[in-house]
Amino acid sequence: MTATVADAPAAPVSGAPIPPKKWGAAIALGVIALLSLIFFGFGTPAGSTTKFVIARKTDFIQLPSLTVPSELAAILLSLVGLALAGWVAYRANQRRKVGIWLPIVYGMAIMGALLTWAGAGREATSIQLTGLLTSSLFLAVPLVFGALAGTLCERSGIINIAIEGQLLAGAFLAALVGSMAGNAYVGLIAAPVAGALVGLLLAIFATKYWVNQIVVGVVLNMLVIGLTGFFFSTLMSDDPSLNQPIGLEKLPIPLLSKIPVLGPVLFNQNLLVYILYVAVAALQIMLFKSRWGLRVRAVGEHPKAADTVGIQVNRTRIRNTVLGGAVAGLGGAFFTVASGLAFGKEMTAGKGYIALAAMILGRWSPRGALAAALLFGFADALRVQLGAIGSPIPSQFLAMTPYLATIFAVAGLVGHARPPASEGIPYKK
Amino acid sequence: MKLELRGITKRFGDFTANDRIDLVVEPGTVHALLGENGAGKSTLMNVLFGLYDADEGEVLLDDEPVVFDGPGDAMTAGIGMVHQHFMLVHPFTVAENVMLGHEDVRGPAKLLDVEAARAKVREISERFNFNVDPDAVIEDLPVGAQQRVEIIKALSRDASLLILDEPTAVLTPQETDELLGIVKDLRDAGTAVVLITHKLREVQAVADTITVIRRGKVVGTAEPTASQEELASLMVGRAVTMRVDKEPAKPGETMLEVDGLTVVDDAGIVQLDGVSFEVKAGEILAIAGVQGNGQTELTEALLGVVPADAGSATLDGEVITGRTIKEVLHSGIGFVPEDRTEDGIVASMTISNNLILDVHDKAPYAKGGALQPKVIAEEARKHVEQFDVRATGIDQTAGSLSGGNQQKVVLARELSRPLKLLIASNPTRGLDVGSIEFVHKRIVAERDSGAAVIIVSAELDEVVALADRIAVMYHGRIVGIVPPDTDRDTLGLMMAGAHDEEEAA
Repeated sequence: MTATVADAPAAPVSGAPIPPKKWGAAIALGVIALLSLIFFGFGTPAGSTTKFVIARKTDFIQLPSLTVPSELAAILLSLVGLALAGWVAYRANQRRKVGIWLPIVYGMAIMGALLTWAGAGREATSIQLTGLLTSSLFLAVPLVFGALAGTLCERSGIINIAIEGQLLAGAFLAALVGSMAGNAYVGLIAAPVAGALVGLLLAIFATKYWVNQIVVGVVLNMLVIGLTGFFFSTLMSDDPSLNQPIGLEKLPIPLLSKIPVLGPVLFNQNLLVYILYVAVAALQIMLFKSRWGLRVRAVGEHPKAADTVGIQVNRTRIRNTVLGGAVAGLGGAFFTVASGLAFGKEMTAGKGYIALAAMILGRWSPRGALAAALLFGFADALRVQLGAIGSPIPSQFLAMTPYLATIFAVAGLVGHARPPASEGIPYKK
Repeated sequence: MKLELRGITKRFGDFTANDRIDLVVEPGTVHALLGENGAGKSTLMNVLFGLYDADEGEVLLDDEPVVFDGPGDAMTAGIGMVHQHFMLVHPFTVAENVMLGHEDVRGPAKLLDVEAARAKVREISERFNFNVDPDAVIEDLPVGAQQRVEIIKALSRDASLLILDEPTAVLTPQETDELLGIVKDLRDAGTAVVLITHKLREVQAVADTITVIRRGKVVGTAEPTASQEELASLMVGRAVTMRVDKEPAKPGETMLEVDGLTVVDDAGIVQLDGVSFEVKAGEILAIAGVQGNGQTELTEALLGVVPADAGSATLDGEVITGRTIKEVLHSGIGFVPEDRTEDGIVASMTISNNLILDVHDKAPYAKGGALQPKVIAEEARKHVEQFDVRATGIDQTAGSLSGGNQQKVVLARELSRPLKLLIASNPTRGLDVGSIEFVHKRIVAERDSGAAVIIVSAELDEVVALADRIAVMYHGRIVGIVPPDTDRDTLGLMMAGAHDEEEAA
């Protein structure tokens, strides 16, 4: 009898459980690769060349720059993209998934085709590869911190729309305190405090007064914009010494920073970026391998189940929301002390909302948040680079692509993204 | 461990859910807490488990008074509880659910010791023959297995008192028997078990002591040898008949003909797989089966809530598939949905408005786009009286009614149209015995007045009591259509998918 217990009597799902074949991804990748072939491949003037500069003059190891025949390279790279789309279709027909390597290689191929085409026949300018990657990472920093903050909150069941406000509050306090102390590192310490305060407000309204979390989040964003704007135009403009462009210096890591291409990109950064590496790795492990993480995820999925095994639901949520706020606040330091800029009104410019998109695209995991934020950062850096070499595509269109990708991703093209089941629902006993 | 409750009182506002309840549970016994839905059994156990604070009274464990601040305290003291709605985190594995709240950690980084949790699950699973895989994800497990995970959860914390809250509500008859076997094993191993239920058969099968609760008070204790009638009258407070009095059916013309009806859900899973049957006027066809085997889809496809992907349904010569819900309703179908609070009523609206949801745009209830409050109120008063809805008035919100009275409102609305076919999904789920009797009588009356009736029910007792014929569903198909005197074991096997050609004739 026991052998049949588990399967025979009560299969809860009726019917034949054959999952449908999912062609969406294969079709999308195929169409994009085809467009790439037509526009970048055949659209490149014959006989022109594209010059890629791999190393910068300041780099330890000087690699020669790479010059390729534009048309051939763009066609070949587009064909690689098409082949990969074909592979996805083949796997979809067998109802099997593809590894994470595929979208990475695919993205590199199509981006390569785009860059080859954009840089074709411009002997005066060249594509700065290392520069492109460095600024990708740099521009991704606030997004990663913001997405980590969102992940921390939402995994415990609190929707954090206030990331934007937390970034801005962090940027403001970092500039103010850093300027007062005359030391950027002091500003770096102050930034998370500001974010945590915004997080605390969100947590109190969400867990104690059961206010709609999205509404509170938006209102908090407005509050922070108003407050920082007020102090900017009164306190800071009365006494400019309170808002100085002080910056964190770069701390090249010995040996590692000498690796060609990756060295200068990854290991010649300031302290905030190194904190980012540690934060992503630590939170990834903590969230999925530690006691704390298991409890947080249980609270976000099924708070009552957590309560019945003795876990304090609202205490967990408040703690996580404050921690999330602190992480976002730290990310806010990017805008001021980590960039060597003075505070400016509404200087976060919607990055907090993009971080939310990165969180969703990264499927509520720190690792995914990093990948998604890097993608957005790359698109941003690409826009800047193509703008600099005078590309034929309006840069605004390039700036749109990551968000289009997000909408498709969230709509389920890349696989269904499932949020924590109880996010946004107050826990009432 | 011996548990004693002394004078436990719990009030919610003016409502006293538990009124000075005394209870003693001895170690190594099964103590059944018998009572209707809403009698206060679950409240009492939630007080004991630390989820609610008692207003008065005390809890004693082994004659020592204890105070629980929350479920954590209760568990530390050795009390485990299997809730009616399982407290399992669906995307987690069995091992993760079992260790949640008292996780072992290892190594310098103090990471989760998943291996220890796995071993614990395996050990308990083997000891009681549970057959549960520690690495299975909860949402992939059938309900019976999920329940065993809940029991493992309690046992992994060395519970010496286990509370089971309506544990058989979601199980097949066979799974129920297995669970009762497990309860006996646990008792023999020295665990005290409190079994909360309103099902008399289970009480008789395993209980050593029976305490009956009615309206928040202990109204008596009984021996397990007491007859079902005795227990039922103690539970309800008056004599009840366990059978539904009905004349033999006088089936007339075929009223509903369903031919190859198929429903595929959004995920591409076939939920209803070429179902064909017919129902005659003046006949009750009961559809038996464990929840989630296509019954919901069948009723919803007939009504038009979900589109049929293939096949057709014909009501009195007219095809009803592919029509709008409004057309289907007004062609003579009454529908009692399975979740009355979600689909049956609009909780925030008054009783009178709930009663005209289906005809609110028709004369005499509406004229020229304006509702006619006088007509509506008059009609509502009539219905409330006719269907014995216990309410303070017709302007009371439907959501504030008890489950039984909500269901009466739904019935009053659905039966007020001239019906050719009545479809009722689990019409008595969660109702007290008095209301169940009432609902059953109205359904039989509808049959006798010449309507075809389809009853979907997960309760075998109800199916057997009401049906003129029984159709058993499994995995979206009708396994067979059998007469109502078919024995329970055969029905149970059919519900588990066993196909007996002779029975299925």
